[in-house]
Amino acid sequence: MRHESVPMYWRNIPQYYRLVAKRCRQCGAVYFPPALRCRCGSAELEDYDELPHEGRLVEYTVLYQVGTDFLKQKPLIVGLVELNGGVRAVGQIVDAQPDRLAPGTRVELVFRRVAVDGRHGLIMYGYKFRPVQP
Amino acid sequence: MTRVGVVGWGVYIPRYRIRTEEVARLWGDDPQRIADVYLVNEKSVEALDEDAVTIAVEAARIALRRAGVSRERVGAVYVGTESKPYAVKPIASILIDALGLRNDILAVDMEFACKAGGDGLAAIAGLVEAGRVEYGIAVGVDTSQGEPGEHLDYSASSGGAALVVGRDGVAAELEAMYAYASDTPDFWRRDGSPYPMHGEGFTGEPAYFRHIIEAVRGLVSKYGYKPADFTYAVFHQPNGRFPLRVASALGIPMDRVKPGIVVTHIGNTYNASALIGFARVLEMAKPGDRILLVTYGSGAGSDAFVFRVTDVITERQRAPAPAVEHMLRNKVYVDYAQYLKMRKMIKLLE
Ligand SMILES: [Zn+2]
Repeated sequence: MRHESVPMYWRNIPQYYRLVAKRCRQCGAVYFPPALRCRCGSAELEDYDELPHEGRLVEYTVLYQVGTDFLKQKPLIVGLVELNGGVRAVGQIVDAQPDRLAPGTRVELVFRRVAVDGRHGLIMYGYKFRPVQP
Repeated sequence: MTRVGVVGWGVYIPRYRIRTEEVARLWGDDPQRIADVYLVNEKSVEALDEDAVTIAVEAARIALRRAGVSRERVGAVYVGTESKPYAVKPIASILIDALGLRNDILAVDMEFACKAGGDGLAAIAGLVEAGRVEYGIAVGVDTSQGEPGEHLDYSASSGGAALVVGRDGVAAELEAMYAYASDTPDFWRRDGSPYPMHGEGFTGEPAYFRHIIEAVRGLVSKYGYKPADFTYAVFHQPNGRFPLRVASALGIPMDRVKPGIVVTHIGNTYNASALIGFARVLEMAKPGDRILLVTYGSGAGSDAFVFRVTDVITERQRAPAPAVEHMLRNKVYVDYAQYLKMRKMIKLLE
């Protein structure tokens, strides 16, 4: 099995754990996943730790052919979520049945195991989304 | 200056449940007898991608939101569990980055069977009283283990509770505390063992009942309380019967105990057991109410706390954070095969 390297996971912890994005100091545009350069041409981007943890499902797909890390989690639901405020993020949708989902479904951010490196390696955590229960 | 106390609380219960009758169906027990003996109708089950770390994060996020405390003001995070996904690697440091807390704070994992979550509350209260930290977060969490087909299989479940403790914005002041512990071999799990062992017939009188009763009697006599002073009493809940029996031994009426009993609906969440009951009671309490909270951990020890509810409680109850009732109500039933998969008990080649 090939996993993301431990240093790569460690470097991405703020992004994976709590949606830390980048914000352009010039024009205020917010990028998630974090970008290195803004569309306005500026390379002055700062960490932005305030993305909302709720939003709506824009679109989703149900995967039956999945990578080795996800073989025991089929079917895998991957969704594009528009967070309140407009920034979009891609993530797994959990605690959900595919046939009960639809564009517009309200979702909230959750913290889950994403990949586990065998019996002895690292457990890699990160954000996912799940439908909000009324 | 007001007393130190609970500023906010958060509970996370995974969405999945397994019914007692489903477990009994598999192991050939009489489901009615089991439900009558343990007073547990169903229990919570974590999803395949959940564990003590993810549950701790969810509970703490909710507690911070309810408390309305900014992340920069948190000076300590204590996690009590007996279900660490890593034998060596702390949960508390993961919480720092998952919650976006400062890095220059005290982060500690603690173990005392089911009592360590409440011990975090005691430790943080001391740090706040000493003026060393402004706020701290105490988390009790477990994805508790039980051998399939053994009696713990009917109760060992998953959940977490977090308390934000501080001096500013207190919804329940800590009035008094009393502890009692002794070497009592009622329940243990050796390093590397997947499931705990227990001294059969030894978990009741010399363990649960002795330690809880001694802690409460010590508290009552030292601080001069009467049983009637407590609007609610919340005890550790390994099953539905023990908290009722210990309350009756202490002369506390049943109607003061029942509101804090959650084991019937979600099973025994170990380090979160008494704390989830406490959170549920906080969600129905009124200013001036007194709450007795008593934890218990095998091996064995018990902490008794008395809280006095303040006027701030109504504001906290209305805060935009999910309530315990909401978590208890939203559930999806699974069968025993799904349960084994979700609890990671199916042996896979890795
Ligand atoms: Zn820009």
